Amino acid sequence: MENSAKTKRVNAVLSVLLGVLCVAWLYPVALILFNSFKTERAITTTRVFELPTAQTFVGLQNYIYGVTSMDFLRSFWYSLFISVSSVFLILLCCSMTAWYITRVKGALSSVMYYLCVFSMVVPFQMVMFTLAKTADTLQLNNPYNICIIYLGFGAGLAVFMFTGFMKSMPLEIEEAAMIDGCNPLQIFFKVVCPILKPTMISTAILETMWVWNDYLLPTLVLDIKKFRTIPMAIQYFRGSYGKVEMAPMMACIMITVLPVIIMYLFCQKYIIEGVVAGAVKG
Amino acid sequence: MEKAIKKYWPVFVLPTLAAFLIGFIWPFIWGIGLSFCKFTTVKNVEFVGLSNYLNVWKDATFLHAFGFTTVFTIVSTVLINVLAFLLAMLLTRHMRGTNVFRTVFFMPNLIGGVVLGYIWQILLNGVLSLLEKPLLSLNATYGFWGIVILMCWQQIGYMMIIYIAGLQNVPPDLIEAARIDGASNSQILFKIKIPMVMPSITICTFLTLTNSFKLYDQNLSLTNGEPAKATQMLALNITDTFYARSGAQWKGIGQAKAVVFFLAVIALALVQLRFTRSKEVQA
Repeated sequence: MENSAKTKRVNAVLSVLLGVLCVAWLYPVALILFNSFKTERAITTTRVFELPTAQTFVGLQNYIYGVTSMDFLRSFWYSLFISVSSVFLILLCCSMTAWYITRVKGALSSVMYYLCVFSMVVPFQMVMFTLAKTADTLQLNNPYNICIIYLGFGAGLAVFMFTGFMKSMPLEIEEAAMIDGCNPLQIFFKVVCPILKPTMISTAILETMWVWNDYLLPTLVLDIKKFRTIPMAIQYFRGSYGKVEMAPMMACIMITVLPVIIMYLFCQKYIIEGVVAGAVKG
Repeated sequence: MEKAIKKYWPVFVLPTLAAFLIGFIWPFIWGIGLSFCKFTTVKNVEFVGLSNYLNVWKDATFLHAFGFTTVFTIVSTVLINVLAFLLAMLLTRHMRGTNVFRTVFFMPNLIGGVVLGYIWQILLNGVLSLLEKPLLSLNATYGFWGIVILMCWQQIGYMMIIYIAGLQNVPPDLIEAARIDGASNSQILFKIKIPMVMPSITICTFLTLTNSFKLYDQNLSLTNGEPAKATQMLALNITDTFYARSGAQWKGIGQAKAVVFFLAVIALALVQLRFTRSKEVQA
């Protein structure tokens, strides 16, 4: 190509520009990070852009105060437990349902499928009041049972993603297993599940991103005085009346954001593949 | 084989179906029923016919929220998609650091809405006070653009990933052939690349439209509707009607608003899908 030298120069300039943009992109998080090490007095709206100095640097004091005053570790545990249990349940039940929907043609399959598609578009406000009441009646209003609610409300996306993948799965392997004497459960767990692994990971990531960050559903379903997930804790901390302590709040934001970012750096390949796989829906 | 699996339906379908009934179908049907009633708790329900639906349109805050949400949805959908597509074009040029850029641009997506709102509230209020302008909670225009900027920051990376995947699927020989025929860069972009990535555009506009229209967390934490509900969007307005307004009539009206909101989302999704689908081409 005659213009390859020119392309190289353009690319070099673009690289630099995008590099600058990246720094700007990361700045909001960096801002919170360095403010979380400053004293309360140095975080007024006019002084928020100052880097910590010898006078304003307080080390980990904000972190310690934030974690202890907010009972943050307990919130962390609730969030973690809810995310893990819900996502596990969603993956298990929805992959089974999706397999049934793909392999058995009938009224039950088509009704389930269209209901799942439908549920993805319905805004949460439509069901929030009645859902919270239902959860109260059925004793699903604590962090250990709420995963059933998440299975119900999150089933749509998961079933949709699994069926999308299963449509292209060859029937022959499963038939061979059946001839060899497997019952449907054995076929599902020994043959279908291993093939599903990439879709499982993608779905797990999309569902985890949703459940971990979800705010309104746990706020309405859980008893806010007893159980607070991380988003609830942050909102409660900020939204409660009286003086807001900015420094510990920033420390808490950092504790919330950092594990997610670290996890992202390690499995970004899967996360990005998950996003692309999820986009094939619709 | 179909028969054998069919016998196992209680194992395969029942758990999901049961949870689906509890978590979605029953609350949904009950919700529609309650929208025709006046109630404060589920025990004292009184049928009032369509009066909730009539009152919805008499509530000025709802009408304002509807307008605000519509304008916001249009502005943010256009901005997010155009910028994400531009970034995707740049990141498919095989330049240095592509992977790092992609990683960084996607990162904000992993941060939850509530936390995101507070991060930007701190940053934007800092900027506004440096410029000696009123803070976010005092000026609706800044509030509006604040939410737009926040949404761009959060969503551009996600949409960019989808556009990159779409652009990488455009067959290179198609572009090569066009170039030999003497097509200019902009002709290649508009006549080949954009029609070929139309499925990605369908998905991305669908996601950004519905995300923006249903936005709640970011709205709550960034402005909470301040000043005087001027930056309140539909989802926040409905939640507010349910849980923050005193008066026996408001829960019923809130539920009716939710039904209206639901119908609006469905209509929006159907119109958008029909429009962009009609533009899709086969290679």
